[in-house]
Amino acid sequence: MGAQLRLLRRRINSVKSTAKITRAQELIASSRIVRAQQRMQAALPYEREITRAVTGVVSNAASVDHPLTVAKENPAKAGVLIVTSDSGFCGGFNANVLREAEALRGLIEGRGMQYIPFVSGTKGVTWHTFRQREMGGQWTGFSRNPSYADAKEIATTLIDSFKDDNGIDEIHIVSTQFVSMLTQNVVVRRILPLEVEVTEATEATVIPPYFEFEPTAGDVLESLLPRYVESRIFTALLQSAASEEAARRRAMKSATDNANELMRILTQQMNQARQAEITQEISEIVGGANALADAAAGKE
Amino acid sequence: MVIAKTVDGEIGIMPQHAPVLGVLVEGGVLRVKREGESDLVAAVHGGFISVADDEVSVLAEAAELGSEVDVAAARDALDRAQASVEANQEDADAALEAKRARARLRAAGEEV
Repeated sequence: MGAQLRLLRRRINSVKSTAKITRAQELIASSRIVRAQQRMQAALPYEREITRAVTGVVSNAASVDHPLTVAKENPAKAGVLIVTSDSGFCGGFNANVLREAEALRGLIEGRGMQYIPFVSGTKGVTWHTFRQREMGGQWTGFSRNPSYADAKEIATTLIDSFKDDNGIDEIHIVSTQFVSMLTQNVVVRRILPLEVEVTEATEATVIPPYFEFEPTAGDVLESLLPRYVESRIFTALLQSAASEEAARRRAMKSATDNANELMRILTQQMNQARQAEITQEISEIVGGANALADAAAGKE
Repeated sequence: MVIAKTVDGEIGIMPQHAPVLGVLVEGGVLRVKREGESDLVAAVHGGFISVADDEVSVLAEAAELGSEVDVAAARDALDRAQASVEANQEDADAALEAKRARARLRAAGEEV
């Protein structure tokens, strides 16, 4: 019995120290979400304006043929940017993104195209290297705190490959969208070639004004589109960073809750074991004393 | 009134200006003339200016307000960039760097 007691005590201690770690991780993640959210908010006006500008150019100058806007006739390769995190401890965050990327791979290969992953984040990179999948590009080290330069680096690689005749013909992004502290969704978007939506003009839609271009529509588009791609990637990185922290906070919170529950059960078991031990000792003593008394009575 | 430098030349935008979308030059100075207040000056490196619905938005890769420019650092950067331009005429990076530093100094109201 004493052995079981010791075992339980040891387990309680180990669970307690794990709970301390997960609790600390939870608090760190909570404080980081706020900062990640602020950075996300700060990037919004730029993205909104640049999207408006691109919409303006594309809807006003239908005749503009730019390599970045025109879908190739026989697309052969599709590049997919997969945004994952650098560190773990964040529940199903990376698994969800990678599952969605695999689904997209099925779709792309179903269309007879080659799938080329471009991966950001250590977790995604190791996932691909472990399966010996070839990657078009890989970036690590900034998933928690992406800077615009990081987004630019990724965008340059993608755009160069897109412009190359033997390179990719489509660019998709698989990333996590931050909706709220509790909801994050994995989204798949095609960013290039641009999807032209023909929409009915309603009163709610703001029709982009008829722009004059300085110097020409083509030149504007030429320098606008790479910025647009960068901005889309930057937004995806920021959203993913905020989502990562939110996922981590949730995972760590449930880990802490589980540890506390486990501690409660183990403590109960320990008390039971201790009580059983005492009861047994008492009955042994009483039994022993009785036996002695009987023996003494028998002698007389 | 907003004055900016596009690749076609300087452009001045007054209220009620027609919608315009222009590409800004690398190392340009943007000036906003305000009524009853001093001008708002900024060094703007690349990017766009878009005018629509009486609203001017400037999207830049990097920008700095004239009042926030570290003059000593900018002058230092200019000196270094110029030295490398003199050493190697084809050093495009250094030429760009010199342009940027000059724009920052001009935005800060310094003579270059």
